[in-house]
Amino acid sequence: MTNLQRYTKVFSEIFNLPEASFDESFTFATTEEWDSIVHMSLVTALEEEFDIMLDTEDILNYGSFENGKRILAKHGVAMEDA
Amino acid sequence: MAEGGQDLKGKVCLVTGANRGIGRAIAETFAGAGAIVYANARREGCMDEWCAGHSGRLTGEMVPCYFDVTDAGAASEGLGRIRKERGGLDVLVNNAAVPANDRLGMIPLEKARAVFEVNVFAVLHLLQLAGRLMMRKKAGSIINISSGVGLEGNPGQALYAASKGAVIALTKSAAKEWAPHGIRVNSVAPGLTRTEMIDEVKPEHLQERISRIRMGRLAEPSEIAEACRFLASDGARYITGQILCVDGSAVL
Repeated sequence: MTNLQRYTKVFSEIFNLPEASFDESFTFATTEEWDSIVHMSLVTALEEEFDIMLDTEDILNYGSFENGKRILAKHGVAMEDA
Repeated sequence: MAEGGQDLKGKVCLVTGANRGIGRAIAETFAGAGAIVYANARREGCMDEWCAGHSGRLTGEMVPCYFDVTDAGAASEGLGRIRKERGGLDVLVNNAAVPANDRLGMIPLEKARAVFEVNVFAVLHLLQLAGRLMMRKKAGSIINISSGVGLEGNPGQALYAASKGAVIALTKSAAKEWAPHGIRVNSVAPGLTRTEMIDEVKPEHLQERISRIRMGRLAEPSEIAEACRFLASDGARYITGQILCVDGSAVL
């Protein structure tokens, strides 16, 4: 499984949506279900999946499915299309 | 040795500032109760011998874990290492702190910032990191070491009291925020305890302060550690947001 597939799978499990639902339009601002509690669950799930520890600034600036890929790349998790 | 049996058996615990005083007593008590204790200190190697000396003598495990609590990156790596090695964290004891005993007019702002860096901001950051490790399991216990002076204030300790007061407010707020996630956050507020910090107190002040403890003596570090052990254990599973004063009935 590629990093992108793993990344998308985490989102799918946290938001309980099909994997095809996630693209550049999936953002904190436009997704009602993406509240602060879900955000923390997402962060802990990603940290566990990729064995990384995100900085507080990363967590605050996460903002979207797309931006998250860039933040993970900073921690050595390269996405194929990021 | 813990008096309460093996009530921390297998629990993964991080104790900051474990190289001396109350932190050392907490680490020993926890490992005596069966815990896997990551004993944190700043100076690389300073606890290797001590941890190795406990190996096989205590029922739990003692693992040295070096990082400066004020170094956010290093703290993050430290917690990452624990997750990698143990799969999570059950207990965090935020114990590392620096003393400050100055009259109000004699506190340089730079010192105030340095004290808050260790006593408050590092506590907040470690709490954030630990919370993330605990959230997935929906369980965990965080114990912040505060002080009776953080509740009552004390002349000549305004800065220290302010930092510990902040720890108390942080504890109560975090407990409310994380109760739905199964994470308990409590504080132990030691009274005057027989540690190296006592050396910072002027002898005449020390006698005067002991005279205001109804039990007539200093606390032993092990007595503070026992209170922490209880809060870390499942016996305290319904207790959160509490400030447990272990002070021999002191009057501040």
